[in-house]
Amino acid sequence: MKWALLIGALCLAGCNKPESTYARNSDVKAGDIKSGYAFLQDDTKALQDDDFANPGFLWVDRGKRLFETAETGASTCSTCHGAHGMPLKGVAAHYPKVDAKTGKLLNLEAAINLCREQHQGLEPLAYESDDLLGMTAYVASLSRGEPVSVDITGPAAKYYEEGRDYFFRRKGQFNLACSQCHNEHWGEKLRGDTISQGHGNAFPAYRLEWQDFGSLHRRLRDCDAGIRAEPQDYGSETYMAVELYLAKRAEGLAMESPGVRR
Amino acid sequence: MIRISAPDTAEMGEIVEVKAMIQHPMETGYRRDAKGDVIPRNIIKQFRCAYGGNTVFEATFFPGIAANPFLAFCLRATRTGPIEFSWTDQHGETWSETRQLTVS
Amino acid sequence: MDDPTFSPIRWNRRTLIGAAGGTALAAVLPPMAEATPEEADAAIREMFGEIPINEGRVWVKLPPIAENGNSVAIDITVDSPMSDDDHVRRIGIFSPRNPIATIAEFRLGPHAGRAQVSTRVRLAGTQTLRVIAEMSDGTLWAGKATTYVTLAACVIG
Repeated sequence: MKWALLIGALCLAGCNKPESTYARNSDVKAGDIKSGYAFLQDDTKALQDDDFANPGFLWVDRGKRLFETAETGASTCSTCHGAHGMPLKGVAAHYPKVDAKTGKLLNLEAAINLCREQHQGLEPLAYESDDLLGMTAYVASLSRGEPVSVDITGPAAKYYEEGRDYFFRRKGQFNLACSQCHNEHWGEKLRGDTISQGHGNAFPAYRLEWQDFGSLHRRLRDCDAGIRAEPQDYGSETYMAVELYLAKRAEGLAMESPGVRR
Repeated sequence: MIRISAPDTAEMGEIVEVKAMIQHPMETGYRRDAKGDVIPRNIIKQFRCAYGGNTVFEATFFPGIAANPFLAFCLRATRTGPIEFSWTDQHGETWSETRQLTVS
Repeated sequence: MDDPTFSPIRWNRRTLIGAAGGTALAAVLPPMAEATPEEADAAIREMFGEIPINEGRVWVKLPPIAENGNSVAIDITVDSPMSDDDHVRRIGIFSPRNPIATIAEFRLGPHAGRAQVSTRVRLAGTQTLRVIAEMSDGTLWAGKATTYVTLAACVIG
């Protein structure tokens, strides 16, 4: 009986991993920062560069139409954000950012919905719906070519740390951290793929694997599912924090939305 | 959503390239959802481009055509008038758009 | 396949028995069929009839490597004056490997001006696509192109 207990205890000790472990500190050197575009096959690059055939433009067009069309009883987005008001050119490159009033971190999707609620009296659009994807795609497309540049000081600092923590924490059945592939092994092969550095500058993007257009949160959910970790919810604070961390990490890379990725 | 690329003007007899793309999943009928059930086939079956009183191009699609089907083809500019693009899916639902071509 | 409502499986006795049963069933059911080159030939015959096929006049362009078989660009050009008397009537794209051999049929005519078509296709693996063109004189001409299809890593579902 004592032996059974001892063996049982040893097994439990062996099975009990610490609640969270972290990958070692690593980074991509400033001179080596490359967009995911650099890791695509020529044909895929050509598709992203084709301003007609890039399927992401189906959503950009949708967003532009929504932007300019009045919903019942509300003003259009273009009323405030037209050429005479607060144009949105270049704005998306600075998201996510902290909302001054609430202190909450907002990505582009959340900012669009906040605007709808507060300034148009409209219901928020559902995350990952074609309409919200369209609006996000359109606004992001107005920042194409603009270098990513986010503020991580002041109220944003704690979200940046939260995002960094998630990036370096090992998780899932594979017990992998984002940093292990995307900092330590970018450029190397994973099956037939060349591992990218994991930047978000092309999102929202058309993914060939999805045969569909999706947000960065959808991609992050795939990342987590890929290492057999529990995906976080769409619009979750965790993923917003990760977005902020990734944006700081991608500082200087040109925005590419609507991107095309594998 | 539909995207069309067609010139606004052309010279008589000029051969112009037009492009058309429509948002559609072109569900093959081979994929399974998260529960393991087959997602039923749902594809666009026919595309037609009509111009100058003629059908200038037609296509029959099968599941092997990629999602958000894209087509580029040519037509000969003969007279000023509308170029009509139309799609029909397997259920008979249709979508269409028109672009005006001015021929000098 | 990503599903916005995806959640990982919670393993308990019920799901374990279900999975065991499912595995047994999958072992009995045939896997998803792939076409064979013979089926591609049969599909060509079904579309165009038993007419001799000449090699040439049809130029097919595929990328040398297709990153993801879900969407591969194909460009087709056929040598033809596209006149009232001498033009391309139909073009067919055929796969010797996809579950369904026929990918598309295009119908042209003199009003097209040029026998040139581009589209994007799905490829269920590395293969050589055959493109057959039927001329207004009833003759058939063929061209082909090969591409190597790789799959994205971290494939979900």
